[in-house]
Amino acid sequence: MRRIPPVLLLPAVLGLVFLVLPLVGLLVRTPWSDLAGRLSEPGVVTALRLSLETATLATALCVVLGVPLAWLLARVAFPGRRLVRALVTVPLVLPPVVGGVALLLVFGRRGLVGSWWGIQLPFTTAGVVVAEAFVALPFLVVAVEGALLAADLRYEEAAVTLGASRWTVFSRITLPLVAPGVAAGAVLSWARALGEFGATITFAGNFPGRTQTMPLAVYLALETDSDAAIVLSLVLLAVSVAVLAGLRGRWVAAA
Amino acid sequence: MWKFERPLWSRVGAASLVLALGLAGCGSGNGGSGGAAPSGSASADNVTGTVTVLAAASLTEVFNSLGKTFEGAHPGVKVTFSYGGSSTLAQQIVNGAPADVFAAASPATMKTVTDAGLAAGTPSVFVRNQLVIAVPPDNPKHIAVLADLTKPGVKVALCAEAVPCGAAAKTALSAAGVSLTPVTLEQDVKAALSKVELGEVDAALVYRTDAKSDSGKVTGVEFPESAKAINDYPIAALKNAPNATGAAAFVAFIKSAPAQTALSRAGFQSP
Repeated sequence: MRRIPPVLLLPAVLGLVFLVLPLVGLLVRTPWSDLAGRLSEPGVVTALRLSLETATLATALCVVLGVPLAWLLARVAFPGRRLVRALVTVPLVLPPVVGGVALLLVFGRRGLVGSWWGIQLPFTTAGVVVAEAFVALPFLVVAVEGALLAADLRYEEAAVTLGASRWTVFSRITLPLVAPGVAAGAVLSWARALGEFGATITFAGNFPGRTQTMPLAVYLALETDSDAAIVLSLVLLAVSVAVLAGLRGRWVAAA
Repeated sequence: MWKFERPLWSRVGAASLVLALGLAGCGSGNGGSGGAAPSGSASADNVTGTVTVLAAASLTEVFNSLGKTFEGAHPGVKVTFSYGGSSTLAQQIVNGAPADVFAAASPATMKTVTDAGLAAGTPSVFVRNQLVIAVPPDNPKHIAVLADLTKPGVKVALCAEAVPCGAAAKTALSAAGVSLTPVTLEQDVKAALSKVELGEVDAALVYRTDAKSDSGKVTGVEFPESAKAINDYPIAALKNAPNATGAAAFVAFIKSAPAQTALSRAGFQSP
């Protein structure tokens, strides 16, 4: 075996330590003795359930809207495609708080859309889902579009020569072909939605049971009861690792 | 553009890390460059460099202008402020934020700092403040007393209980015997106020000074029970202050007559 150059090994190990050390810190400071009691506190259960529900709904919304959008970008040559592609990634680089302000200006009571339709999204659970979907959607679109671009076009072309309609090609050939990509995108979106903080607290506010997701609960608990914040963080960490590990083994490795 | 092959989504993973880091970066306050030497001439009282002040969100406007006054009196000195919920700031100090002065909106949040042994000397109360109901200028829901906030269709924002304005709101509401379900519990008083400004809520319990500093966009409705929930604002120089001289000078300045005049003009009461 050839020697690994230290100039690569050293930063690699440092990078690993940098990523793992904060997690170790969390585990070291966890109040293990009264962990069970703290976990069963109603506030923790409520926030966790709300987080899981909203992240899952947001992911579903992302899949429903994102897969067709990715298909459009990858398979249809239309004028302004590059611009649309760039617009799709804006929420990826936008600070989430800015996203929350923008959502408020559109869907708020006096917002562009909110004032026409009279829909009330801020301070509701639906508002949390919207905020999470806003920041998570680009992850799904980018992942699915990547899968679409990498997929072998010949299968689709063969189907077209056999007289299949565009919808039939999409649903019977394209979608099964890029299913691992969709799954990978959904997992990424879900993880992003679960961790969403900035857009949620700005757009949906903070109220236990309605809009206070786990990250918000962690942030606010840190100011009064740091042990509670650590326990909440640990739960969030465990849930995300479990889900990512479980899905990665089954779906994502195939992508 | 995105014609990368299979490892694409691992790049997306990297992007999410970047986002997460960016997110973690915000809200952590400024790093304060305490002992930086000034380029200008040192003033007679040896105050030099940068004075970093962590102050309750409700002090934003008046401290910004007082900071200018202080800088004018001490040429070459720079005052930097970090405003936020007092409980957030107290937590930042406990976790080692390099700050010189802490001005809190309640003795309870100051106690977090003194209990950790991080205050230099005993904190002293420099102003007091009380709550009003902030409503849009035309008061569309005709809010006149606290009980009006429970009317159906009235959306109310309160501060989270950990924050002084939230603790005061709780005291005032229970003094009035009003049980209220807000739509949101905001992390500092300015966030609650901005929800009224944006028209997302019909009312918020904020400090009289906040409603006053924002006149034109909101109106403050006084209510009698606020007298039962008056907040004392303590100020203290911090023990680990990078700029101890500057910290002492700033605290003395805030307690001086000219600063007290400016504070009372902003609507604060004298202690």
